Amino acid sequence: MRLQKSTQFGLYAVLELARNPERQLSVLDIANLYGISSHHLAKVLRDLGRAGLVDAVRGAGGGYTFSGNARRTTLMDIINIFEDIGSDETVGRVQGGYEGVQPALQLVLGEIDDIAKATFGSITIETLLKTMGWRKK
Amino acid sequence: MKGKNFSNLGQPMIETRFAIPGDLPNVIDLDSQITTIKKIDYWQDTFGRFVGKKGRYFLVAENRNGGETQIPLVGFIVGEIRAWEFGSQPCGWVLTILVKPEYQGRGIGEQLFEAICKSMKDDGVQTVRTMVAREDNLNMSFFRSQGMMAGPFIELEMSVD
Repeated sequence: MRLQKSTQFGLYAVLELARNPERQLSVLDIANLYGISSHHLAKVLRDLGRAGLVDAVRGAGGGYTFSGNARRTTLMDIINIFEDIGSDETVGRVQGGYEGVQPALQLVLGEIDDIAKATFGSITIETLLKTMGWRKK
Repeated sequence: MKGKNFSNLGQPMIETRFAIPGDLPNVIDLDSQITTIKKIDYWQDTFGRFVGKKGRYFLVAENRNGGETQIPLVGFIVGEIRAWEFGSQPCGWVLTILVKPEYQGRGIGEQLFEAICKSMKDDGVQTVRTMVAREDNLNMSFFRSQGMMAGPFIELEMSVD
């Protein structure tokens, strides 16, 4: 499966900020760190701010800090801000063809989506940072 | 006794140890508090098969600081070593873990999990597995937070109605 660019940027930003919640990082800091578009990341950070996961610190030396609950926020919570995985039919509709092919394929893809959702929904920010040995002690 | 571990978690003082036959009534009560079903036969059978048996593990967590009126048992974990089913090398399986709701989020599940993993490792296994319902986010998150990830097997099933 492939996550949309905004979702990926959102995950990078949240994980980077959450690994040291006292640290402020600007859009440019994070964009440079991950080699991603600062313009796109700025929009993503505004969405994360509206969701209560980051706080914007204005003025010179300003930036963003993590303001969510790392023990409660899951990867799924972040993904849901930007996309709705598995909500639509993922097999395009076709005219004709053998009846039952499309629903059967949809069933398999639905099974994969269910596993993906359960996985993303069970991994908190804290767990992921711990797995990576990333969290600032 | 093997598996003994003391620690201070704020007020409660938690000890993990291997279960003894006398723990049976408290295990039945704790399980029924959470599942709302009193499974006397099931737990009697489980105690018979797991308590004091080689390659099988039934550990309990007790609060040693709960006062005289409180039953000290606040959680338990059950597991065993299984070998060669599904083409698998010997491997530890965690079958059940349960912590009293008012004690959840205080590291007791982690303490029980670490204790059973240590015992299994001491008995020669290198991998520990469990199975969690997809919608059981509480347990799935718990096992994930302990470092567990999807393994090389996928569980399959079908209706035979």
